[in-house]
Amino acid sequence: MLGKLTWDAIPFDQPIPMIASGVVALAILAILGWVVIKGYLPYLWREWITSVDHKRIGVMYTLLAMVMLLRGFADAIMMRLQQSLAFHSPGFLPPEHYNQIFSAHGTIMIFFVAMPFMIGLMNFIVPLQLGVRDVAFPTLNSVGFWLTATGALLINISLIVGEFARTGWLPYPPLSELAYSPGVGVDYYLWSLEISGVGTLVAGINLVTTVLKIRTRGMSYLRMPMFCWTTLATNLLIVAAFPILTATLAMLLLDRYLGFHFFTNEGGGNVMMFMNLIWAWGHPEVYILVLPAFGIFSEVISTFSGKPLFGYRSMVAATMAICILSFMVWLHHFFTMGAGADVNAIFGIATMIIAVPTGVKVFNWLFTMYGGKVRFQTPLLWSIGFMVTFIIGGVTGVLMAVPPVAFVLHNSLFLVAHFHNVIIGGVLFGAFAGYTYWFPKAFGFKLHEGLGRAAFWCWLVGFYVAFMPLYVLGLLGMTRRMQHYDVPQWHPWLIVAACGAVLIMCGIAFQIAQLVVSVRQRAQLRDETGDPWDGRSLEWATASPPPAFNFAVLPRVSGEDAYWKFKHRATGQSRLDEEPAYRNIEIPRNSATGFVCAFFATMMGFALVWHIWWMVAAGAIGAFATFIVFAWRDHDEDVIPALEVARIDRSNWAQRSAILGKEAAE
Amino acid sequence: MNILDPQGPIGAAEKTILIDSLAIMLAIVVPTIIAIFAFAFWFRASNTRAFHWPNWEYSGRIELVVWAIPALTVILLSGVAWIGAHQLDPAKPIEGSDKPLTIQVVSLDWKWLFIYPDQKIATINALTVPAGVPLRFELTSASVMNAFFIPQFGSMIYTMNGMTSRLNLRADTPGMFQGLSAHFSGDGFSDMHFDVRAVPPEQFSKWVDDTSRAVKSLDEASYGEIAKPSTKSEPAVYRLTDPDLFNAIVTQKLPPSLGAQSGVKGASPTARVADAR
Repeated sequence: MLGKLTWDAIPFDQPIPMIASGVVALAILAILGWVVIKGYLPYLWREWITSVDHKRIGVMYTLLAMVMLLRGFADAIMMRLQQSLAFHSPGFLPPEHYNQIFSAHGTIMIFFVAMPFMIGLMNFIVPLQLGVRDVAFPTLNSVGFWLTATGALLINISLIVGEFARTGWLPYPPLSELAYSPGVGVDYYLWSLEISGVGTLVAGINLVTTVLKIRTRGMSYLRMPMFCWTTLATNLLIVAAFPILTATLAMLLLDRYLGFHFFTNEGGGNVMMFMNLIWAWGHPEVYILVLPAFGIFSEVISTFSGKPLFGYRSMVAATMAICILSFMVWLHHFFTMGAGADVNAIFGIATMIIAVPTGVKVFNWLFTMYGGKVRFQTPLLWSIGFMVTFIIGGVTGVLMAVPPVAFVLHNSLFLVAHFHNVIIGGVLFGAFAGYTYWFPKAFGFKLHEGLGRAAFWCWLVGFYVAFMPLYVLGLLGMTRRMQHYDVPQWHPWLIVAACGAVLIMCGIAFQIAQLVVSVRQRAQLRDETGDPWDGRSLEWATASPPPAFNFAVLPRVSGEDAYWKFKHRATGQSRLDEEPAYRNIEIPRNSATGFVCAFFATMMGFALVWHIWWMVAAGAIGAFATFIVFAWRDHDEDVIPALEVARIDRSNWAQRSAILGKEAAE
Repeated sequence: MNILDPQGPIGAAEKTILIDSLAIMLAIVVPTIIAIFAFAFWFRASNTRAFHWPNWEYSGRIELVVWAIPALTVILLSGVAWIGAHQLDPAKPIEGSDKPLTIQVVSLDWKWLFIYPDQKIATINALTVPAGVPLRFELTSASVMNAFFIPQFGSMIYTMNGMTSRLNLRADTPGMFQGLSAHFSGDGFSDMHFDVRAVPPEQFSKWVDDTSRAVKSLDEASYGEIAKPSTKSEPAVYRLTDPDLFNAIVTQKLPPSLGAQSGVKGASPTARVADAR
């Protein structure tokens, strides 16, 4: 009846997962109880769960990322603690548990923190920056989000029901094959990434189409804000790379479930094929993560310097160059697997070439500040922290692109330090800069500045304290994923690294405090005009938070930095343009398709992990039926009448006029 | 274990390349980082002495420079990478007049088997090599992947089942060193380290003679015992009675070993599992 699922699956004998999942379960129950008692459930269902509004979906993606950041960080600090204790000692985590933790940490941080954070920000901002009302496929967008959430849920279920993969964040065969990983851990990994991978692909298709096909009048490609360009590049990469991931993992699934021999030791399997395929996805993946961050920094540095982005066309060229080059370097992830000298050298050089457009970007941000009036608010602090940190990460990356250097540093803690250097210093700092920068747009009030600064400094210092020792440890010959060790020279550095993790924890605590305090003080932090930072692109042309239809009348764009031009015309003539003629606006109708689909996908994923075949069938039929019901829908749009549009828009119009009048009076 | 304290020509060359490449990059990176702080500080909004160019967004000359600087650096580094990759190719024999010593390496769950085919001996988790003599390693795995790495000698290389990888190293001076697995391989991974003893050549010959009188012999039958998963295996020595053992492992005439994981949840009924405990 329940396949392989028995009471043995629950780790009653292990206090850490039991307590952790107990706390999480209590928290979820408490929140659910509070929502039900307060009567918020219908509101949540109507306004969020079934919403197909790109802004709501963007916020939910970001929220998912932030919650999963807590889980991923809990794993991180346990690892740091284990390694700081495990000198000549087994530490507090046995290998079977420690191995799950580092696998879960990597998987969660990449797929369920970095990815949804970036996709969330893109979802929220790109249609606003393009001056349009929605993304190309609103309901598909909702499906994409809920499938990502399904993946995250499955991974967290593995904490308490069964186990997670113990293979590392990429399940290299033959270790991940049934012979060497007979448990459900790898299956949880595979199904959660298969399902969320479909969600990511859907999001990618949606955003590519949006940028290519849906822009407001006059928004030609070379007038798009930089963030839209990086969004285009990232989503092109998603569309090209994620099918590779899905196919590779599907092959591993066939090996594990149906006795195929794609990557097994026996039967003609070839593990090198897995290496090539997984990194053909894996290397573009890092650019999928970091390109949107580059876009965010471009927006932030330009806005807070009060200047247009320096070398816009150069930046566009650099972005698209990175987009293409990122597909040509995957072999540098396994220089030490014995490819010949020519192959190693060519891939090493190709890797270094990516440093050229990336270097150009850094210089262009530098010259964006030149001659500006730089305001040191939190988003800019993250950006400067990023520029310095990312350069260091870039140097160590190029260093490891030299094959003989990789021969001694591959798989070492130097490598671990390098990719955290670029992913924390690049992607995460970018995500936090974007979060602080666009928060007032999403919610109508700014985040608390003081606590934001405190969080930034804790993160920045914590990052250096946690990861610079790892560079040293790599040079001292320490490899990654060690559960214990007996080399005395390593021990002090690992204790320092653990202290760094504690500092980062303080940073996270400040971020939580910042959110709570900002919500409580929202009246003081209110953004009345919709343009709290003296912005330059179109998202600042509408109210904060924007109405469901984004723009009452779609703006007509006549150059780069579109909103900056509107603003200057308005200040020049000391008044806004005439009130436009409002019309009825059609907006896509809410749909439960995404949520219901994800419900069935979760059921199916869980059933597949545990071989509960009737439930697999039920989940598959349910998901397909949901799709059929959606395909046969009669109404897919609601109409907001012109009067209502006028009423909503006039209040923002009045506030902006009042401020303009005040400025003119001064 | 310090790779900046190499004890052989490969490690020394890799250290030189590491430091040279870093120096080339630092020449640009340090001024850039200083410029970031300088520009951000000087052009702070409260500085009334700084000039203000609110619309300045393009300069062809600067564009040329910002593309040229990284490009030139990368051209220089590419040269380093190309030459380095060829000179230090792990499969390339080390130049020298001495006849190389062949050592066959098999990674097992979770220990290292070192076979000296010409000396007809084998050891577990302890590697003895003659200092100054080129070492020609042939490596494979009897189970999952590992990477064979002696940090102070230089290059690592993966061991993979059904495949032979090649690595050439040399120890310059006698001494005790540490080797380890640089690729995660499961529960017993952290204990997959081994002592490396580099001894003068005459002492090596004596060690070979002593070892070839070892009580235990290594053939297909005793290999079957060794190949069973175990952690923290004590070093051991064997007479090699089956000179073709390495090939039998590579060609899978001796089947890949079963896996082992402790505390498995929801094991598949079809999986053949040997519990390490």
